[in-house]
Amino acid sequence: MGGDMKTTRLHDWHLAQGAKMADFAGYEMPLWYAAGPREEHLAVLTKVGIFDTSHMAVVLLSGSGAFDLLQLCFTKDLRRCIGKDNTPLSPGKCTYGAFLNDRGEVIDDSIVCQVGLDLYMVVVNAGMGAPVSEHLREHRGERAVEITDFTDQLGKVDVQGTRAARIMWKLLEKPEQVFEGMKYFNVKGHFDPKSPHADAVRLADGTPIILSRTGYTGEFGFEIFVTSSGNVKLWEMILEAGEEFDIQPCGLAARDSLRTGATLPLSHQDIGPWPFINNPWPFTLPYNADQTGFTKDFIGKRGVESIASPEYTYPFVGHDVRKVEVHDEQAVVLDGDGHQIGIVLSCVSEMGIGRHEGRIYSIASPDKPDGFVPRGLSCGFVKVKTQLVPGKEVFLRDARREIKVEIVSDIRPDRTARAPMNTMLCS
Amino acid sequence: MKSIDELILPKDYRYADDHEWAKVEEDKVRVGIDDYAQDQLQAIVYVELPEVGAQFQKGEPFGVVESVKAVVDCYMPVGGEITAVNTALVDSPQLVNESPYEEGWMIDVKPTDLSEMDTLYTSELIKEEILKRMEEGK
Repeated sequence: MGGDMKTTRLHDWHLAQGAKMADFAGYEMPLWYAAGPREEHLAVLTKVGIFDTSHMAVVLLSGSGAFDLLQLCFTKDLRRCIGKDNTPLSPGKCTYGAFLNDRGEVIDDSIVCQVGLDLYMVVVNAGMGAPVSEHLREHRGERAVEITDFTDQLGKVDVQGTRAARIMWKLLEKPEQVFEGMKYFNVKGHFDPKSPHADAVRLADGTPIILSRTGYTGEFGFEIFVTSSGNVKLWEMILEAGEEFDIQPCGLAARDSLRTGATLPLSHQDIGPWPFINNPWPFTLPYNADQTGFTKDFIGKRGVESIASPEYTYPFVGHDVRKVEVHDEQAVVLDGDGHQIGIVLSCVSEMGIGRHEGRIYSIASPDKPDGFVPRGLSCGFVKVKTQLVPGKEVFLRDARREIKVEIVSDIRPDRTARAPMNTMLCS
Repeated sequence: MKSIDELILPKDYRYADDHEWAKVEEDKVRVGIDDYAQDQLQAIVYVELPEVGAQFQKGEPFGVVESVKAVVDCYMPVGGEITAVNTALVDSPQLVNESPYEEGWMIDVKPTDLSEMDTLYTSELIKEEILKRMEEGK
């Protein structure tokens, strides 16, 4: 490992556990622990897992011009991005979208959380705090907004899986109050003890945190933000409280396979320096009701509207667990006639799913067949020059092999991310 | 990951550069991957094996081991004809992780030239080689 690799506060803990470490965006992070990536993936689907995601970056925007700046730079229309009724983003709510450049290409994807009045937390990927802050400053103009990059100043711990609420219940001061009305993509609290929002969520020892019902696994759970100095303690408290729930520390390999199964993109791999459109995430763009245009102007709008030769990104699922490798050599997509129509963006083994009589089930599917044991399926994303419909078979080829896969609209069924809080407290 | 002292490298097996093991059993050579390889790969989810009767030279790829995170080729530690493959790995690829030297064996080979066994590492020498690779961060 290179000497200038960054680490999180939990680095020593990871090493002490014998984690397999790897470089991720300049940070030396755990790929998996002793249980291995398969067990870690399955733990999140059936029980609960804990992830160190402190390498991710947070940018805070405050001031009366913050909303307007985000409205210009973020792909979501913040006036109509919440729920089926398209209500505005408001304090306590989060929304997922992207920051684009003028050409409509992705700088990074992000969850924007409105922490309070004129106060927004922008959560971006590892190493992206500086470029996203810079991009926001470039477009700030005369707006009254303070932009603060919290890179490497916060700890972030994700607790994901159906048992996550019962673990956090044990650790929170006033858990009933905190969980009251806390739906998917809701956020509460502040990590800064001086903030008036800090009292909304405190751990039993008084530590203020931001608690967000988000994550990137597709499963029920929380992202927790704390000052760096409280990071190790928070991690250890959750592990201790989670012991009776069989909590499993999980590395980035499980995170990657879980997010792919949840049909979520990895920034700079599934979305990147090409126009952010014609992909499985149209809900991140501010489309009007009949999808004929956008409801607001934003940076990158012209880029995604005026494309000479469009490309289309689709999720796929294989027929067994065999993968093609996308990292060393580019894996390509072939149509039924053997013509190359595109490239493979991601391809992972989703060990929680399997096929049974033509249907895909998850290990957590309530209606899975008796005795169903998932054998795993390869899945991921392709980017192709022709439009394809779900059910279409294509072939993926790398230097070693060719596999037949099916274009789908969604990958892992029966995900729990949106499950009501009360069902997760008594299950 | 296992430390060098936790790795199991039985003395009566020989080892190839890419961490296949070979063991002479009467007139055949049984082949699999060693403890270091399975520990590096973790969570083996698929094993592709050759047809019985296929012929390979020493160093030619005979199969593929696939883990959650990687896909790697397996190479013949000695040349010869495939006389048997471990069909249990079709349904239970994790046997390679659980029992790399026994239940996780991959192929039996009728060797063309048994003296090729002498070109392989002994248990002591592969351990030195692994230590070197660990120190180089490979």
